[in-house]
Amino acid sequence: MSRGDEAASGGVDLSQFHQVFFDEALEHLGGMEALLLNLDTATADSEELNAIFRAAHSIKGGAATFGFKDITDLTHEMETVFDRVRNNQMALSTDLVNAFLASGDTLKSMLAARRDGGESVSAEAVKALCVRLRAFLEPAAGGSAAAARPVARNVLELVFGPFDKSFSPESVDGIVADLKDFGKVEEIVAAEAKPKGKGKSKSAKAKPVKERRFRIVTEVSESDLTDAITFMADPKRVKVSLVEAAAPAAEAAPAPQPQAGEDKEFGLFVEASSLPANQPASAAEAKADAKVIELKAGAKSGGAQASDATSIRVSVPKVDQLINLVGELVITQAMLAQTASKSDPVLYEALFNGLATLQRNTRDLQEAAMSIRMMPMSFAFSRFPRVVRDVAAKLGKEVDLHTIGEGTELDKGLIERIVDPLTHLVRNSLDHGLESPEERVAKGKVRKGTITLRAYHQGGAIVIEVSDDGRGLRRDKILSKAKERGMAVSDSMTDQEIWSLIFEAGFSTADVVTDVSGRGVGMDVVRRNIQEMGGRVEIESTADVGTRISIKLPLTLAILDGMSVRVGREIFIIPLGYISESLQPKAEAMSTIAGKGNVVSVRGDYLPVVSLADIVGIEGDVQNYQQGILVILESEGGKTALFVDDLVGQHQVVIKSLESNYRKVAGVSGATIMGDGRVAMILDVAHVVGLTHSRFPKAA
Amino acid sequence: MAKTVLTVDDSASIRQMVSFTLKGAGYSVIEAGDGVEGLEKAKASSVNLVLTDHNMPKMDGITLTRTLRGLTQYASVPILVLTTESSDEMKAKGKAAGATGWMVKPFDPTKLLNIVKKVIG
Repeated sequence: MSRGDEAASGGVDLSQFHQVFFDEALEHLGGMEALLLNLDTATADSEELNAIFRAAHSIKGGAATFGFKDITDLTHEMETVFDRVRNNQMALSTDLVNAFLASGDTLKSMLAARRDGGESVSAEAVKALCVRLRAFLEPAAGGSAAAARPVARNVLELVFGPFDKSFSPESVDGIVADLKDFGKVEEIVAAEAKPKGKGKSKSAKAKPVKERRFRIVTEVSESDLTDAITFMADPKRVKVSLVEAAAPAAEAAPAPQPQAGEDKEFGLFVEASSLPANQPASAAEAKADAKVIELKAGAKSGGAQASDATSIRVSVPKVDQLINLVGELVITQAMLAQTASKSDPVLYEALFNGLATLQRNTRDLQEAAMSIRMMPMSFAFSRFPRVVRDVAAKLGKEVDLHTIGEGTELDKGLIERIVDPLTHLVRNSLDHGLESPEERVAKGKVRKGTITLRAYHQGGAIVIEVSDDGRGLRRDKILSKAKERGMAVSDSMTDQEIWSLIFEAGFSTADVVTDVSGRGVGMDVVRRNIQEMGGRVEIESTADVGTRISIKLPLTLAILDGMSVRVGREIFIIPLGYISESLQPKAEAMSTIAGKGNVVSVRGDYLPVVSLADIVGIEGDVQNYQQGILVILESEGGKTALFVDDLVGQHQVVIKSLESNYRKVAGVSGATIMGDGRVAMILDVAHVVGLTHSRFPKAA
Repeated sequence: MAKTVLTVDDSASIRQMVSFTLKGAGYSVIEAGDGVEGLEKAKASSVNLVLTDHNMPKMDGITLTRTLRGLTQYASVPILVLTTESSDEMKAKGKAAGATGWMVKPFDPTKLLNIVKKVIG
């Protein structure tokens, strides 16, 4: 959103550069945050400190150039403080790192607001941050025992509350009376206080008073005042914060703006007469000399000049369009191959050779196109150091985060969608999995808990694991909770089946609902999200050792390895990853359970049988189980035997979205165009398996 | 032949602004994102003016200036270092490193053009 304070001069519209500035500023902030989180406050690496300084400096430069004053002011404070730190004029502390992290967050919001046009951070909040940063510049920040060298005239805010029987709003008056020794005290009345017909309308309040706010102007420092108050009131019932620090003397003014008058913007160390602008003759000679040298460097220059940029920014819709077109090409090529297969290969040898080459080229093109969208997992993992740090601090736990396989690549669309489920799983580990430091030590474990994020390729899929070394899933707790909720469970269920229960909606064995997790609205959404991506979730856990949750995802949403099966005249595709085996059953293996349906015995296990013809509502050719094929499907819900007429073959198919071409249909996850030009539906295996298993609830 | 300006700054948005502005006025522009890249590109072509920021990764602007001055090709090519308004220290460092002059940042397109014209015409 442009505002009047932005410079658009020299006939150049600067707003065309804003987007690049926002992008690079956000990148700087990301890098700065990562560095801050890694900093060892005791022995910080000077190159890291310089990099943090440069990040703030760079953002400030751009903000000032493009006229974003609020961003300029805040980054100026950050730059000033960090300049001192990197020059060893100031000690690094956790407080400082926290202040910087908070500033980084605020800057992100401000940049995002500028870029997307939303509401920006309030001016007061920015000012408060500037004050907080400036406070580090005061000499008293040396952290000596005499922490309070009185600084003239601070403005502090005191918030008393919450009130209850043991601490009444009226009792605050007594405390405030004592505070008058420190300076002038004023109460701040909330603007929305409804004066219920009382005379002194200013002090009237609605009935339940939640808190009382005061402002005090004092020469005493924030820490001294806080100490004093803890003698007078319960420290949990009062918050002291610095609103305005006394203006420190002789500190550089923020954001130097270029003064009017050209002299101040530019200066020379040499005589103006020696400048090329003032010497047309010698300029030509200089160029001639330069040319000679250029010839020698000719070989290198080609390379250096050509790589003016090692990457280009391309819009995502363009890439998607490209991949879509390539997908169409693959389908067309398959149709050509199909048509040609009816002809005599000897007679049309050249045609067949050409088609074979076409197929190779098309596959290569497809792989290359899809690799454009592949991004390393670090894009998903990068936010977690911050999340873990903040949530662990909030919960009073000590946690180390390890990430392995950050370079493992995944389609961009999937990376974006996996972040929310991953975040939920990590928060779960932090909240319920990991024990408090004391509990861990009592169990003989290391004080610090560990959460590990790991990504690796396996076959045609990617596996992402979230594991912790905490208390593990409690089988007994889950079983009793399930029974409590009336779920059909039995003590003889396997561990895997018990762990799967936590994915049921509303299920949570958390004793205490925290605001981080425990409300039971998470795990079912996590599983559903992953299934919608064509993936699956598995859990392994051992009591008091830890838990590992594995997410398997296809590498891409564009193509699929599938088995095509036939029912009547229709072809359906089943994703290969869900097929455990296929078989033609013997009569003895089939049996019926009254009221529930057919089951088949496979190596001692009884699996429910469902007919694909029934599910989709068409006539199958084969009615007799022994003459058709049972495809054994495996999903988190369990195993199911799917009855079909025939197996057609195994193919790699291009996935077309049914939803965007028609509408969402339950049981179908997409569609594809076969070589003969007909459409085949891709089965949503999780849905099919879920259907049958709800018919067969586990016996209690 | 068009005069060529080398702009060295780790901020892509600023480089783009400089590039756009100067190209619009008929100059040729080469961009570099840090001192090392700036040195490579300066050696690989002949530029008529170097505008360099100071705080950059890999090699800062003052070091770049000093290094360029050590090359015969760049013994007298105008080099301007970017400084903040109040930094006498930066100006002194620039002078000591052999810079031709300094330019205050932030700058806008008009000022940029004025200054470039004053220096190389």
